[in-house]
Amino acid sequence: MEFFLVQLLNGISYGLLLFMLSSGLTIVFSLMGVLNFAHASFYMLGAYFAYQVSTVLGFWAGLVVAPLLVGLVGMAVERYGLRQVHKHGHVAELLFTFGLAYLIEEAVHLIWGRSALEYRVPPELDGPIFQIMGSPYPMYRTFMMLVSVAMLVSIWLALTRTRIGLVIQAALSHPETVEALGHNVPRVFMLVFGGGAALAGLAGVIGGAAFVTDPGMAVSVGPIVFVIVVVGGMGSLAGAFVASLLIGCLQNFSISLDWSLAGLFSWFGWMVGPDTPLWSLWNVKLSQAAPVLPYLLMVLMLIFRPKGLMGTREG
Amino acid sequence: MSTPPAPQSGSAQPMLAQPMLEVRDLHAYYGKSHILHGVHLDVRQGEIVSLLGRNGVGRSTTIKAVMGMVDCRGSVKFRGAELVGLKAFEVAHRGLGYVPENRDIFPTLTVRQNLLLGQKGTRQSGRWKMDDMFELFPRLRERADTEAGVLSGGEQQMLTLCRTLMGDPELVMIDEPTEGLAPKIVEQVARLFEEIRKRGVSILLVEQKLAIALDISERLYVMGHGRIVFEGRPSDVRGNAAMRKEWLEV
Repeated sequence: MEFFLVQLLNGISYGLLLFMLSSGLTIVFSLMGVLNFAHASFYMLGAYFAYQVSTVLGFWAGLVVAPLLVGLVGMAVERYGLRQVHKHGHVAELLFTFGLAYLIEEAVHLIWGRSALEYRVPPELDGPIFQIMGSPYPMYRTFMMLVSVAMLVSIWLALTRTRIGLVIQAALSHPETVEALGHNVPRVFMLVFGGGAALAGLAGVIGGAAFVTDPGMAVSVGPIVFVIVVVGGMGSLAGAFVASLLIGCLQNFSISLDWSLAGLFSWFGWMVGPDTPLWSLWNVKLSQAAPVLPYLLMVLMLIFRPKGLMGTREG
Repeated sequence: MSTPPAPQSGSAQPMLAQPMLEVRDLHAYYGKSHILHGVHLDVRQGEIVSLLGRNGVGRSTTIKAVMGMVDCRGSVKFRGAELVGLKAFEVAHRGLGYVPENRDIFPTLTVRQNLLLGQKGTRQSGRWKMDDMFELFPRLRERADTEAGVLSGGEQQMLTLCRTLMGDPELVMIDEPTEGLAPKIVEQVARLFEEIRKRGVSILLVEQKLAIALDISERLYVMGHGRIVFEGRPSDVRGNAAMRKEWLEV
């Protein structure tokens, strides 16, 4: 029970962090039709910028300044890059963001080097905050959850209660009509792209301190974010939310369980041993298969429900 | 390439004030296909002008090109200022309104939010208030807080019209407003056109139903093969069976 609760909380906190990343990707996709391969690079930039700011002004300044800087980078990418490429179609856009991801990674190598940075949880957030049935739960994980939930509520309020939020929602269905009503849709696209980048940056600020800040962090999280967007349904914010929590929990539970198919078979009374054909497959532990599970889920989803959990478009 | 036929004129036009909208030699393209081949037309202050023709002759493209939604060359002047080259939102700010054919309301937003998005700024100003819309179409008031996606086709048409009016255009271009509507709703829409004209707003109407166009328009243009092939008053259209047979009747 204690194991279950701790893993559940870890899963939720990681899932919320993933949602901060995937929400930007899915909104940009549904609004602009751009599948942004460089989205996880903004996550990495968030962590590096935060590190840089924190060396001078401390962690809290980094938490505020880094996402804003990443947002500005995102807006510049949209304004001076994507917008020019847009007229050549979606494949050109995809290749553009693909190249951009490499550019950002190489830039990070050049500026900060190839090894991991000493970007750590600040001392005031280090240590346990409460006990779950006797075992301590880290304060920083709780902080991650609080920031993510605050961000979630802010996005929701911004989308539903502000005029620009209404314009964004309207542009999701009919961008041309929104523009003909007198709204500067290209500027809205730029702001949304920048906002998505800033959210990814914020996830990087808190994720970089919790996990690791190194040039491989974009590559390690990027594919998972795509899995979430596919599983949740392309362009669905609610779907991305559910899928983020699902994958967050799936990853946390699976790495700490040593269940295997062999164990499952013996439960039903079928004994399998080293002599059984494909023994090495039956004997794979869930914890060993953990990294593959999200992709397995994505493949199954694409086969059986291509529009995802809550997506509206087929395939 | 054949030379474009000169538009037949129904009767001599009386001398009127400078047109509000002057379209001259307008060419428009979708990718490589050349859709409009030098369209000329005028709309004056407070006038209802209809653009007629069979499907695919370029009527919708003409108003989209005026609105800056299609690649085009030529000249479109509104109150003397050139519009070609401006983006759609800039054209809207000059005082043109566009009501699309496909009733593309914003389905996840409420009726009220749809109307609010018609306003160009945050403050309500100009000729039309939300209450005016609700008075003209009480059905919209009843459904003000309903998601627009669940409205009937007729209600959605009213909503798209009202949404554009909320932006206080001086000239509103309306694409096929009565298509697929029940006769009772068509009457309501025609009444709205009268109200629009009363408030000094001009209308450029793309309409398939000849009877309605003849009823409400002061002048009409007929298009064929991406050009204007006839212009005149309703009586000229009524009196010219050969033209109707050649360019309008199916």
